[in-house]
Amino acid sequence: MKVTIVDYNSGNISSVINSFKEVAKEKVNIGVTSDLNKIKSSDKVVLPGQGSFKSCIEALNNIDGLSDTLNEFTIINKKPLLGICVGLQMFADIGYEETETKGLGWISGKVSKIDNQGGKFKLPHIGWNEINIVKDSKIFKDIENNSHMYFVHSYEFVPNDKKVISATTDYSSNIVCSVEKENIFGTQFHPEKSDKSGLKIIDNFISL
Amino acid sequence: MLKNRIIPCLDVKNGRIVKGINFVDLKDAGDPVEQAKIYSDGGADEICFLDITASNENRDTIYDVVKKTSKKCFVPLTVGGGVRSVEDINKLLNCGADKVSINTAAVENPKVVIDSSKKFGSQCIVVAIDAKKNGEKWEVFTHGGRNNSSIDALKYAKQMEDSGAGELLVTSMDKDGTKSGYDIELMKKITSNVNIPVIASGGVGTLDHLFEGINSGASAVLAASIFHYGTYSINEVKEYLASKDIPVRI
Repeated sequence: MKVTIVDYNSGNISSVINSFKEVAKEKVNIGVTSDLNKIKSSDKVVLPGQGSFKSCIEALNNIDGLSDTLNEFTIINKKPLLGICVGLQMFADIGYEETETKGLGWISGKVSKIDNQGGKFKLPHIGWNEINIVKDSKIFKDIENNSHMYFVHSYEFVPNDKKVISATTDYSSNIVCSVEKENIFGTQFHPEKSDKSGLKIIDNFISL
Repeated sequence: MLKNRIIPCLDVKNGRIVKGINFVDLKDAGDPVEQAKIYSDGGADEICFLDITASNENRDTIYDVVKKTSKKCFVPLTVGGGVRSVEDINKLLNCGADKVSINTAAVENPKVVIDSSKKFGSQCIVVAIDAKKNGEKWEVFTHGGRNNSSIDALKYAKQMEDSGAGELLVTSMDKDGTKSGYDIELMKKITSNVNIPVIASGGVGTLDHLFEGINSGASAVLAASIFHYGTYSINEVKEYLASKDIPVRI
């Protein structure tokens, strides 16, 4: 099996690479590339993302054909894809960080700033928070409800169809922190930095 | 609910762990990679490396330490010390650091904070503030505590937030190495003045000091010697804080 982490200059992805390699050991081939053919021939794709919604979308669009290739992989061929942090946020139709930016449109909804209730909640939302699992998701196999995951973000994904939400976390409100829609998976938190529970989620995705 | 973070810090020099007392008198002890792994297995919420004399020395050793650590520890890793430029930040991130803390360079050239937070995102930019009390105010020191910039620490903290820092790591130079507790007055003033998370640092000697640090508004508490010399384990700290109704990850 071949799992590809998409390298599209979206910021620091070394932790994602390290964690997937740690989990995969020798069983699974973990590739890191922006090569369209290699992405097309993968069994699974990981879409990381750091920085702003706008900068990630721009970085994606800077690589000719990447967005189309990911669309084909995910929407047409229905192969499993995991978006992490801004990687998840990009599933939305639109994002409002820096300026209004069009997203991939895979899961209808928007990405807007977390309501910090007039400064009552510090932003970014940084640190370990509990996830409240609201529906069975394949990537949560053997993950206990209220497990701690590591978060770093100031914006949240608000999907229109609440049925895609697989977990939320409590920070000023119930923030969507994981989604599953058919073959599309996403986590707002960083499984690659969430110690054993995070590595288990990565293992679950690799084992799909 | 978001948990308060407990962050053990390892002072590293030439690839080896040291702990300073008031920023001088260094004692050597241990391999940072092994120690970081022990901390992360023991429940550390993050690991922090501070390359203390990096400003004057060959930095290749820290890159190697970061590379090795990031392959073994799957909790966030913050690295600071001697970070001068956007390129330095890029190199540390590529080695596997999750966040980079900037101290002297942020004072001398705040544009480094603006540019790096734009390029890599605020989430990985920590501005480290070494502050020392002078009369009624606190002044920012640079170069590992050797130079006084005379800049007002409270104003500077706000300026760094506006420049794109994702977090502030505030160290009281008066308290660092004294084991007499954080500078609570300083922490309170800074945490109430900014809307980004603040990590309290400098002066921890007892469990109660960590409790006071969090009560002062800090989102995370950083300590070096109490963990390094085995006075308390991470778990003991968390159990204690939990018994005082402080939310922690156990």
